[in-house]
Amino acid sequence: MRYEAPETLDAAVALLAGESGLAKVLAGGTDLLVQLRSGMIEPALVVDIKRIAETRRIQEESGGFRIGAAVSGAEMGEHAGLKAAWPGVVEAVELIGSTQVQGRATAAGNLCNASPAADSVPALVAAGATARIVGPGGSRELPVEAVAAGPGRTSLGRGEIVASLFLPARGAGQGDAYLRFIPRTEMDIAVVGAGVCLTLDGDGRCTRARVALGAVGPRVILAEAAAAALVGTTLDEAALDALAEAASAAATPIDDKRGTADFRRRVAGVLARRTAVIARDRAKGAAA
Amino acid sequence: MTVTVTTTINGDAEEFVCEADETLLDVLRDHLGLTGSKEGCATGDCGACSVMLDGRLVCSCLVLAAEAEGRQVETIEGMARGRELHPLQQKFLDAAALQCGICTPGFLVAAKALLERNPDPSETEVRYWLAGNLCRCTGYDKIVRAVLETAADMKSADMKSAGMKSAGMRSA
Repeated sequence: MRYEAPETLDAAVALLAGESGLAKVLAGGTDLLVQLRSGMIEPALVVDIKRIAETRRIQEESGGFRIGAAVSGAEMGEHAGLKAAWPGVVEAVELIGSTQVQGRATAAGNLCNASPAADSVPALVAAGATARIVGPGGSRELPVEAVAAGPGRTSLGRGEIVASLFLPARGAGQGDAYLRFIPRTEMDIAVVGAGVCLTLDGDGRCTRARVALGAVGPRVILAEAAAAALVGTTLDEAALDALAEAASAAATPIDDKRGTADFRRRVAGVLARRTAVIARDRAKGAAA
Repeated sequence: MTVTVTTTINGDAEEFVCEADETLLDVLRDHLGLTGSKEGCATGDCGACSVMLDGRLVCSCLVLAAEAEGRQVETIEGMARGRELHPLQQKFLDAAALQCGICTPGFLVAAKALLERNPDPSETEVRYWLAGNLCRCTGYDKIVRAVLETAADMKSADMKSAGMKSAGMRSA
């Protein structure tokens, strides 16, 4: 195995594109090192992107935030502006692993590891985040929900890497939230995760909503029918019931050691409802 | 592929040669003789290999040794000053906050990082901060209590020395 730590994105792309064997990107390494050590993968090349300046910073851009691909969860949690604008996204990232893992793990890595249960992804999808992909063909922006192709697989081409994530400007009356269900309080993998981002007008009526579900399908699900159940309502009980029903219907879970498909379908509805209530309260706080 | 790495460990310049796929933990233990950091799980779950990397608490089993180039690494070996134990180390002994001791270096490094950030943590904050450090002997109560008592001791020591300073200023 070769280890390279280039200082520019161009150099990283050239290294990855030029490798004929398996080439992996190293950001926080909390997934990659485990895969490497267990023999699950045997890369010919590992490209550490942490020496590239633009992957290491959080920058304000167009009223929103651009988060470099090597920014750790702890660094996101310490960024007051980011946390104030996108509390749901930051909370979702902070749920990943322990303090030690938070010191290294990145949201972009969580996305590219492409686990259906990745905690940050439903929150990012609900927030309408995009990923900047750089590769031999140049740079492009991709909606976050289009990055994972299936469990452990991404839609990225050869030599392409996620350089940063972009969270748009938080609108007036907008709030986001993420909740996951695990059978304990910490250090576990989501049985179900739900991210909600919604906008309320001055009368408390929902004008826009995005609902994303994790761990209930091979990829994170953008549940459009669930979001539609909220738009035009004041998130009254009837609307929340309709949201829960639509979220359960959108879920396509499997039975595994962490939960049965039936249980997960039910929890998807319950969690979507609870998450929407938090997002609503935050949106009201934002409107005030 | 071998990599030559120049780094700083516990304040001392260090140079080592490692394989590209060796972890920082492997190098600390097997090349540099710093065997205080332990390998429990090798998957980042148990925290026995906790070290500080550029001021961040990390699992050294999830860091490639090559990544340490130009970085500052602090291990359990740097915690005591000569024969003088860090207050956390002394408290862990006094309070018997350990049994077999395998998890102890990781707990100490992690707890020190917590108290540097938050000198007056609540019990809940201690428990969440240390959730990535697993102990299979004692249960966690003695460990959590030892951290809380150390924080209280360090705080009252600080207040005492601040009081002495201001008293000194008054008399001057």
